[in-house]
Amino acid sequence: MPIIATQGLTMRFPRVTALDDLSVAVEPGVVGLVGANGAGKSTLIKILLGLLPPSAGTATVLGLDIAREGVRIRESVGFMPEYDCLPPDVSATEFVVHMARMCGLPPTAARERAADTLRHVGLYEERYRPIGGYSTGMRQRVKLAQALVHDPKLVFLDEPTNGLDPAGRDEMLDLIRRIGAEFGISVLVTSHLLGELERVCDHVVIIDGGKLLRSQAVEAYTAASGVLTVEVDEGRDDLGRRLHDQGVSVRPEGRFLVIDIAGETTYDLIRDGVADLGLRLIRMEQRRHHIEEVFQAEPPQPQPPATQAPQAPQAPQAAPGPQQGAPR
Amino acid sequence: MTTSTIHDIGYRHYDGRRNGRAYVLRSLYVHNVRAAFGLGRPARAKVMPFLLAAIMLLPAAGSVAVVAVTDQADALMRYSSYATVLQVIIAIFLATQAPVLASRELRFHVVPLYFSRPVGHLDFVLAKVAAMTTALFALIAVPVTVLYVGGLVTKVPDSTAQLGRYLAALVGCALFAVVLASIGMVVAAFTPRRGFGVAAVIAVFMLSSTFVLIIQGIAEARTNFTLSGWVGLFAPFNLVDIVQVRLLGAEKSAVQVPPGVGGGVVALALCAAIVLGSIAVLYRRFRKAGLS
Repeated sequence: MPIIATQGLTMRFPRVTALDDLSVAVEPGVVGLVGANGAGKSTLIKILLGLLPPSAGTATVLGLDIAREGVRIRESVGFMPEYDCLPPDVSATEFVVHMARMCGLPPTAARERAADTLRHVGLYEERYRPIGGYSTGMRQRVKLAQALVHDPKLVFLDEPTNGLDPAGRDEMLDLIRRIGAEFGISVLVTSHLLGELERVCDHVVIIDGGKLLRSQAVEAYTAASGVLTVEVDEGRDDLGRRLHDQGVSVRPEGRFLVIDIAGETTYDLIRDGVADLGLRLIRMEQRRHHIEEVFQAEPPQPQPPATQAPQAPQAPQAAPGPQQGAPR
Repeated sequence: MTTSTIHDIGYRHYDGRRNGRAYVLRSLYVHNVRAAFGLGRPARAKVMPFLLAAIMLLPAAGSVAVVAVTDQADALMRYSSYATVLQVIIAIFLATQAPVLASRELRFHVVPLYFSRPVGHLDFVLAKVAAMTTALFALIAVPVTVLYVGGLVTKVPDSTAQLGRYLAALVGCALFAVVLASIGMVVAAFTPRRGFGVAAVIAVFMLSSTFVLIIQGIAEARTNFTLSGWVGLFAPFNLVDIVQVRLLGAEKSAVQVPPGVGGGVVALALCAAIVLGSIAVLYRRFRKAGLS
């Protein structure tokens, strides 16, 4: 059963269309939701929480309908907003206990779960101090803890790595990986950075301007491409010229040669070429795709046309468009 | 202090009890009542509410002491006049604490965290208004109770009538609490900055009562007591006093009240309209904040 499924989901605000006929289904696991700022990520989360009725279309979360069973959805999911949402004058413990009670946990259970969860996200003695004195990294952990404290089946994490330094970012990503793998909680995590989602997600959904650009497993994005990278110690150009004369499609790229694989014979030609020229072969590997390539105007390889939007996708950071000001 | 090592026992799922709406509503209410007195927050948050509560007790304690020493039964303050006499203190309490309940969670964007949980918008608003009402009721009713108990101890005569007046005054206190809480919460909810919130609530109470007092002064100078009474509807303390006088049989504490039971019914209807209107306005305010 998909944890999230939308059919023709559309959200129009007076001046912008935040979501445009979005149909997507994702299975349990860690799911990345990628898009530029204003691509409709936060709006989608609000709709999936049952807080914002969509202009058109339907959706289910954990098999529950967003329009009719919003309360039951909210009992079983956690939400970590992208903005700062913590009162500065209470301690993390006090705050997380309160939030646990707001999910219906009895007082004792709320305290136990709050202590457990804060420990899992990596807050120890400092959890008794007022939140106002916390660093950004600690605040992000408290926000994560309040989303997990009631042991949800699914958490929505909106830009959890925002504002973190590289070390904090790595720790947060590890934590997200653990939530999915060890805790057994499905995760929908948004980001505008593809690289970090590639590291933690099983499945990535890319939206742009409220439209679905692509939805597939991470392996599919990073599948082996039909390109070999060959690195030789010296005589790169000799090898390139020889292969070119033999009718192999080859081009230099930095210290490497990039060679299109035409078939099994390509490997033999490279091997023979290297041997005959007496070169030292350092590396010969099949190149893998990166998720980023989805956003490049001209993909190096023809992409499966499955769900590609008709217009040329733009790089995520450089896609202002009319949706920039989509209300949160 | 215990020295402990942290053992990683892995993640444990929670499969215990999850209580329903009534528990969540009750927890929210208790949380807000505590917040109104600064409980669960640093010490400096407790100073103002408890200082004001102490000041509220002083006249009652003093009055009982005077009765005990002089044996003059009529030195005991009237129960129903207590809120009117100490309206400045009550207004300051409301002005400092209503923003804590109404705008603190708006200012720090905590509100969406409630509505992404099984907390209803109306429940959320009702819990907050009820909590502010409870805090104000405690603030006013405790000194009134001190007066009554003090009266019993010092053997003020006519104890049956005293009990009647005391119970009527408690109803009056509850009405004061709910009307003042409603007004204060709405004003505070629309002034997200705390300083502005305090100033705005004070301003609403001071300006309305000053305005009403000026009109009443002019009207009484022209011996138009009817106008003077009806104008009283526009100042919150005067408004509730009208209900106390006309429907609960108290003596008037405000400058003037409109005539007859009709005046009391109009005042009570206006109180109800203020409370329901405030809840509707707060509902829309928090609902909008839940989506931001």
